[in-house]
Amino acid sequence: MGELRAYAALLGGKARSLAAYRTSFAIELLSNLGSTVLDVVTVFVLYRATAMVGGFTLAESLLMTALTAAGFVLADLTVGNIDDLKRYVRAGTLDTVLIRPLRVLPQLICMDLPLRKLLRLAFGVFVYVAALVANHVHWTPARLALAVVAPIAAAVFFGAIFVLTASLAFWWVESGEVGAAFTYGGRDFTSYPITVYSDWFRGVFAYALGFGLVSYQPALALLGRTDPLGLPAWSGYAAPLVCVPAVAVAALIWRIGIRRYRSTGS
Amino acid sequence: MIHMENLRKDFTVRVKAGRLRREKRTVPAVDGVSLTIEPGEMVGYIGPNGAGKSTTLKMLTGVLAPTSGEVSVFGLTPVPQRTRLALRIGVVFGQRSQLWWDLPLHESFRLLRHIYRVPAGEHEARLRRCRDLLDLDAFLDIPVRQLSLGQRMRGELTAALLHGPAVLFLDEPTIGLDVVSKQAVRAFLAELGASGDVTLVLTTHDLADIERLCHRLVVIDHGRVVHDGTIEALHARYGSRRSLVVDLDRPLAPGFTLPGATLIGAEADGHRVTFALDSASAGEAVAGLVAAASVRDLSVVEPDIEDVVARLYASA
Repeated sequence: MGELRAYAALLGGKARSLAAYRTSFAIELLSNLGSTVLDVVTVFVLYRATAMVGGFTLAESLLMTALTAAGFVLADLTVGNIDDLKRYVRAGTLDTVLIRPLRVLPQLICMDLPLRKLLRLAFGVFVYVAALVANHVHWTPARLALAVVAPIAAAVFFGAIFVLTASLAFWWVESGEVGAAFTYGGRDFTSYPITVYSDWFRGVFAYALGFGLVSYQPALALLGRTDPLGLPAWSGYAAPLVCVPAVAVAALIWRIGIRRYRSTGS
Repeated sequence: MIHMENLRKDFTVRVKAGRLRREKRTVPAVDGVSLTIEPGEMVGYIGPNGAGKSTTLKMLTGVLAPTSGEVSVFGLTPVPQRTRLALRIGVVFGQRSQLWWDLPLHESFRLLRHIYRVPAGEHEARLRRCRDLLDLDAFLDIPVRQLSLGQRMRGELTAALLHGPAVLFLDEPTIGLDVVSKQAVRAFLAELGASGDVTLVLTTHDLADIERLCHRLVVIDHGRVVHDGTIEALHARYGSRRSLVVDLDRPLAPGFTLPGATLIGAEADGHRVTFALDSASAGEAVAGLVAAASVRDLSVVEPDIEDVVARLYASA
């Protein structure tokens, strides 16, 4: 309980620090909204050229985009700033985090929570709800549960990817854009029906790395469509479980990384 | 209370070997340090840049995991038990801030109270003491980024003490400070150490810190302890002595000797002479001189610890 209070205090500190720069925060809040809006607009533009993409209509495709957007933005809001780890490792400032009686990862998350991404989250959730309505989902209790769990599982999955790629900084400080290929690249991949990708690419990203289970499979289950790629109907309901191994791997790599941390001279 | 046994930390660095090839090389930063520090001690840790002082401190605080050897603080092993240890130690890194950059100083203290889960009463009492001793009141409401280095360091010291740690680790607490701020920090640490509740372990390049604060001096070089003891013991070991500088009306008679002292210099045609005090006290030497010659002026010069340490580094 006391520990939660401590994290809450860190969050409060972050919020009050932002209040010191009110105008720039407002500008960031709005400019941040832009990128998520653009992701959604891209889908509309695509369907101006064709009625079906990979065998899916605009509304169906939009559900996958929205599921990804909501999940990704939630992950980006909560753990996305872990990306700054490489800065901390490089400057050795992780030292000050390590001397506090709190765990490192939650501490970094609370210290740096990018509240400027809040509007994006609201927009992502709005598009997701709109997409569910537009698709006239035939609601059952299982689908309702899936509709709630799927974006959260997507957030957990992307969060794990964020932590995993950020951990690379413990080995290579200049890990820079390698991580982005999997975080932002993964988001772009899951924004479209995976039927549009070529075989080997889909095999690696969708199934081996699990990105296909983040939005494509759950969206099929919500829509009540059979998978043109042949996975059974229940797989859509089981798909959110993909976040379990993702979190396990991320936690393991993170732990090994922290032990490897070597600080810097002072 | 603090125990290190054959503690070692290796870093691997890659060095260029040929046009494209890079070779891994292991560099020991701390190379088998064994030390025990008792409660209430004030220990100064000195050594040239890169000697392994900060690395040792980081292993004691759980920031870095040792390569081999043992380290324990209050019987806790810092790396796996880092968070439990953190509640009982205070750490000040002279070159890293643990304060909230954009918030007024008092906000940092309030946040730290929650992070360390300190009851409000205890927090108030400790903060009050620091405010009095460190004159914090003048800048409690100013954002940390606008504080001078001296003010910020006083804030850092307070931040490290609000949870009532039994050990305070300080990594170069006076680095970059002006003379007045250095004095303020030293006076505060001296007071803290004198109370006996807090064990102080500090690294520094400023030997005045050590002379003012630490009864025990640990000199480390190339990751090894080259001296562990009092400052006096260091002088005794390296033959640095006090000296007596005497101005005379007439030069001393040739062949003059002073029991227990050695003539080590003569200037101004023998009108100024310097004796190193081997076994004689300053009083005995002065008495011997006054009896034999006409003394106009004299002064006793303390050995310069900087010289001793410079010699120590050079010989190591």
